[in-house]
Amino acid sequence: MIYNEAIPAILIGLPLLAAFITPIINLASRKARNAFVIAVLAIEELLIILLAWHVFTDGIVIYTMGAKNPGIVPLQAAVPIRIVLEIDGMAAFMGLISCTVAMAAGIYSISFIKEGNGKSRYYTLLLIMLAGMLGMEFTGDLFNLFVFLEILSIASCGLIAYRQHADAVEGAFKYLVVSNIAALFVLFAIALFYAQYDLLNIAAIAKVMQYTQLDKIALVLLVAAFAMKCGSVPMHFWAPDSYSTAPAAITAMLVAASQASLYALFRVCFTLYGSLMDYQTIGLAIIIFGLLSMFIGVTMALPQKDIKRLMAYHAISQTGYMLLGVGVGLYLLGSSDFNVYGIKAMEGGIFHIINHAMYKGLLFLTAGAIYYRLGTRNLNEMGGLGHTMKFTSIFFIIGALAIAGIPPFNGFASKLLIYEACYKVSPILSIVAMLVSVLTLASFIKVFHSAFMGPKMHDVKDVKEVPKSMLVGMAVLTFVIIFFGLFPGWVVSHIVHPAVMALVDKTAYINAVMGG
Amino acid sequence: MNDETNDGRMSIIVRTIATMMLPFILIFSFYVIMHGHLTPGGGFQGGAIAASAIVMMIAAYGHKMMEKRISEDGLSMVESVGAAIFAVVAFIGVIMAASFMYNFLVGTPLFGETPPFGSNPGILNSGGVLPILNIAVGMKVIGGLAAVVLIMALAGDKEGDKK
Repeated sequence: MIYNEAIPAILIGLPLLAAFITPIINLASRKARNAFVIAVLAIEELLIILLAWHVFTDGIVIYTMGAKNPGIVPLQAAVPIRIVLEIDGMAAFMGLISCTVAMAAGIYSISFIKEGNGKSRYYTLLLIMLAGMLGMEFTGDLFNLFVFLEILSIASCGLIAYRQHADAVEGAFKYLVVSNIAALFVLFAIALFYAQYDLLNIAAIAKVMQYTQLDKIALVLLVAAFAMKCGSVPMHFWAPDSYSTAPAAITAMLVAASQASLYALFRVCFTLYGSLMDYQTIGLAIIIFGLLSMFIGVTMALPQKDIKRLMAYHAISQTGYMLLGVGVGLYLLGSSDFNVYGIKAMEGGIFHIINHAMYKGLLFLTAGAIYYRLGTRNLNEMGGLGHTMKFTSIFFIIGALAIAGIPPFNGFASKLLIYEACYKVSPILSIVAMLVSVLTLASFIKVFHSAFMGPKMHDVKDVKEVPKSMLVGMAVLTFVIIFFGLFPGWVVSHIVHPAVMALVDKTAYINAVMGG
Repeated sequence: MNDETNDGRMSIIVRTIATMMLPFILIFSFYVIMHGHLTPGGGFQGGAIAASAIVMMIAAYGHKMMEKRISEDGLSMVESVGAAIFAVVAFIGVIMAASFMYNFLVGTPLFGETPPFGSNPGILNSGGVLPILNIAVGMKVIGGLAAVVLIMALAGDKEGDKK
């Protein structure tokens, strides 16, 4: 079938098209608009599963925009012409995360966002955000990466400020400033590459990379920019403000968006530079970023009273695990230990990305459910919600146990991989990781106790279960968490391992575009 | 400067000149949009010129008067339709069994002419889908920029009411 090979382009193009049709359908009826958005998100999910299946069985998929034969990259004197989408295992893996979270967030938003003038624009921006994430993950072109990074940032900004409270606008402004600084860093790095090699294609640059002084500067700029965008300590200050003030469904999307930046960081480190650079130093730097994020994130989370702010600090802390796992992999790259411990550490780190997107998305959605009924995010004003919001409390328990790494949920599987593999580099890494896990459990017990346990609150009368669409949104993510928790072996060997191998195998990525 | 009595309008001289200038500015904007594939400029620049014509009318006649003529919802709709045309053109490439953004109009009577080699004054009927994409971007920019300006003018009004 001819449309089969067009799936990568449709995945990015469909949300963009749907984003601008949504306000037109909104004129006819609001129900039709909701149905349309959900249908588009469901089609996206279906297409990404098909694409991921294809990539995991047959290898890298190439799509050249605007060419007669999109499967072949037109080369002229070793310069790839046109924009190329290149989907390897890692990109398909990230696409799965983005589409799943977007679908849950879209379903959740039907009841969560109150009808009003802005709701069709809310969906427009949500779909553009999805297109931005998928574009960042699929593109094989550095400048295209920058464009999608900007699309993602601007759409996110509009959504963070959606409620128009003073603090929401402040959160959006911080996000805007950080995104723009990061985007300028990326643009400057791209300019450095373009000046030296006259190339923008990632694979083409990786092939001729000389690792000159300018390339080193570009590396620092790229690593700093993407570490800033993924909310790693010491560039984490924007995350608590933006995460806590955005509508809950958008916070879940922001988690996935941060991980798209994380993907870009790994792509730059492994594919663009790989073994050319001083991977031990960069790996060590990423490990230190990871340790700092883990520890500072969780210690800042413990004293928080605002439920979403607390979760936002946990998001920083969990990002640390991913950085730690992949940083250990980078540190060991090329040494004889890599095949034994490096791969395992990276599997842990990459597996943690999808786990984190699912359970942190779920936790933010439950926090949104509490906000929907009580109108507050302050833990001191909650209590006894377990009596009336039964499903929400079950979802919260599952999310909290998963983030704390309690078996049989998915957080346990990825954390165990990280503990085991990091022990080889230094036992201190594993000890810190376990300590952070314990502190995470402690702070979620605090949240659970103050929000769901205790007697019914008397001053709040109409606390009942949230509408069905919100429950369905949460159930989608819960299903994935339980599935990954019950079959971690299958998931690691069929989804995570191919993603890791795609990230490590720089030659295959280059050859797919540049040929032999 | 503009007190309540004249409803935010400027003097009759300004209004008359603005009315006279409006068709010329719009024609120039359409020229820039349509020649986007031949000369400097294009959809964005032409759209910005047309939006500036709307800004001029708001400045000359006052936003209350203009609010009756153009609505923010209508402008947003123009913007959405422009963006949707852009995406639809990109998708037609996929349906033509080629690829996303494939230039399917090359060789057809509509914008399909191939310009001769060497220096020439430029052939308007060339460029394939590019002129259509320029028109789509032009619609988007006219709608988007004009809506932004109109909302800002109305927001200033609300501030004034509070005082």
